[in-house]
Amino acid sequence: MASNPIGNTLTLTKIRVRLAMRNRTFLFFSLIMPLGFLFFFVTIFSKNDPVWTAYILGAILTMTVMGSFWGLSVQLVMFREAGILRRFRLAPLGAGPMLASSILANYILVIPSVVIEILVTKFVLHMQGWGNLWAIFLLVTIGSATFSSFGLIVASVTNTMQETQVINQVIWTAFLFLSGATVPLARFPHWIQGASLFMPATYLATGLENAATNLATNGEIITDLIALTIGVLVAFEISRQLFRWEPEAKLPGSAKLWVVVAMIPFVAFGTYENVKGDRLTRIRQDFQMMNRTATAVPPSKSH
Amino acid sequence: MAELIIQAEDLYKNYGEVAALRGVSFAVEQGEVFGLLGPNGAGKTTTVEILEGMRTPDRGIARVCGIDPEKSGSRFKEMIGAVLQSTSLPDKIRVKEAIELFAKFYSSRANTDDLLKRFQLEEKRDAFYSQLSGGQKQRLALAMALVNNPQVIFLDEPTAGLDPQVRREIYDIIEELKSEKKTVLLTTHYIEEAERLCDRVAIIDYGRVIKTGTPRELKHTSAGTTRIEVRLARPVSDGILAHLDGVADCREFDGTYVVHSTRAPQTIVALVKQLETDNNELQSLEMFSPSLEDVFIELTGRRLRD
Repeated sequence: MASNPIGNTLTLTKIRVRLAMRNRTFLFFSLIMPLGFLFFFVTIFSKNDPVWTAYILGAILTMTVMGSFWGLSVQLVMFREAGILRRFRLAPLGAGPMLASSILANYILVIPSVVIEILVTKFVLHMQGWGNLWAIFLLVTIGSATFSSFGLIVASVTNTMQETQVINQVIWTAFLFLSGATVPLARFPHWIQGASLFMPATYLATGLENAATNLATNGEIITDLIALTIGVLVAFEISRQLFRWEPEAKLPGSAKLWVVVAMIPFVAFGTYENVKGDRLTRIRQDFQMMNRTATAVPPSKSH
Repeated sequence: MAELIIQAEDLYKNYGEVAALRGVSFAVEQGEVFGLLGPNGAGKTTTVEILEGMRTPDRGIARVCGIDPEKSGSRFKEMIGAVLQSTSLPDKIRVKEAIELFAKFYSSRANTDDLLKRFQLEEKRDAFYSQLSGGQKQRLALAMALVNNPQVIFLDEPTAGLDPQVRREIYDIIEELKSEKKTVLLTTHYIEEAERLCDRVAIIDYGRVIKTGTPRELKHTSAGTTRIEVRLARPVSDGILAHLDGVADCREFDGTYVVHSTRAPQTIVALVKQLETDNNELQSLEMFSPSLEDVFIELTGRRLRD
C-alpha cells in the first residue's frame, strides 16, 4: 500500500479524522452549533408546521455541509504556515492525496452531524416523514466534496491566515444569505433571486430543502447534483494545480482570480436557469404552497 | 575510492536580490558523515533543501545516489530521510501515531517500537506533540527521518537551540548512524558538533564553500597556532597586539582580542610587558588549542556566531 496515491489518501484521511475528533472547537462548530441553529430556527419560524420544520432541516443541513469550506481552508493554511506541510512534502506524497484526504475526512466528519440533525428533527422536533433520504445522502456527499474543494482553492490562493479569513468571510456571507440557506430565496427581490443562481450554495440549499420537504422530483434534484459534481471536479483540479507546501511560496494577487474560474460552471448554470430554466418559478410556487398549507402534511411530488 | 552519494556542483540560488548560494560544490562519499559548517545565513539550509528536492537551484547540478532530487519524485524520497531545520506536526498527533503515519508512506519501514526505544520516546508514545519538550520533539523528528531505513540522511542543524545535555544525546544518535555506515549530510554552526561527528567538513560562508577537508586537515591549516583570548581594561589597537612576539594574527570581537600565536608563552610575556608599558590591565586570558573556529576566523575574518 505504501507510496500509492489511494493508500496514502486513506492513511491521511484516517489521521485527519482522528485529529478533528480531538479538536473541541471543531466539535462545537460542526455538531453543537448547527443543532443550536436547528432548535432556534424551528422554534422561531416553523410554528409547529411540519413542512416548515422539514424546510429548516434542509437549510441547517446546507449550513453543515457548507461548513467544510470554512474549516478546511483555515486548517490547510494553518498547516502550511506552521511548516507542517513541509514535513509531509519530504515523504513520497503528492498534492493529490493531501487534498483528497481533506475532502474525504471532511465528508466522514460531516455524516454524523447530518444523521444527528435528521434524527433530532424527526424525533425531537416532530418532522413528519423522512424526506427524500436518498437524495439527501447524494446531495450531502457531492455538496460536501464541492464545498471542501472550494475551501482548498481559497487555501491555495491566499498567502496568510488573515487573507484566508477575509476571503472566507466574504464568500461565506454570500453563500449563507443569498442561497436560501437562511432566508428563503422566494422572499428576496427577483434580481437577487436571479443572482443567487450563479452561486454553488444555491444548488445545495434548494436541493436539500426540496429533498427534506419532499417537494422535488428526483429529476429536479439530479440537476442540482450535476451542478455540484461539475463544481467539485473543476475546483479539485484547480486546487491541485495551485497547491503549495511551502509557507514562503507566495502566489501573485492575480492568482485569486482562480476562485472566479472555479465559479465558471455555476455561471453557466446560472445563465441557463435565468434564461431558460424554471427553477425560480418552482421555488416561488413551492414557497407559496408551503405558506398556504401551513399546517398540512407536505404533498409528495417525488418517486 | 568509495562511491559518491551526494554531489553538489556549482550550485547557485538567489532569493530576489539576495544571493544565497554562489557556486557551492562538494561531494559526499558513501558511509561518510559530512558537515556543512557556517554561520546563520551562510547558505547551509538552501544547499541541503536543494539536495532534498525541496528547492530548485538557479544553476548547477545536484545529485543524490545519482538521481536529480527535484525531478525523481517518490523513488528519490524513498531513499532519503531528513530532519528539517524546524519540524512541525499537528499539536494533537501522538508520538507513536506520527511515526506510524510517516512509515505508512514508504515501502520500506522500520519497526515503530524499535524507533521509540532507540530514541527514548517509549514513555512518551501516547503523548501529544504539543506536550513534548524541545529535545523530545527533535528526537521524534530524527525517528521520523529513519522510518524508511534511508540510505542517505540530511540533518539540518539538528541540535540548534537545544540544551547541552540533549545535544549530547543527539550526538550519540548521529554516532550510531555513523557506525551503521549511513551517509549523513549535517549542517551546523556548532564547532564541537562538526569536530566530534564529521568525517569531513565544508566551511561555507556567504553562499560559497571556502575550505573542505577532515577536521584534522582543516585545523592543520592554522598549523601550530594557539588561540589566546584576552580582555583588557582599556581598548588597544589590534596593530599593537599583532606585533607582539609570536603573533600570527590578531582580531577584536566585541571587546575580546583573539590572538593566534605560534609561540604562546613568548606572546603572553610580551603581552604583559606591553600592558605594563601602556599602563593597561589584563581582565581575563584564556588559551585554546586550534579548533575549526580558528580556521573559520582565519578564512573569513569572522566568528561563526557573528
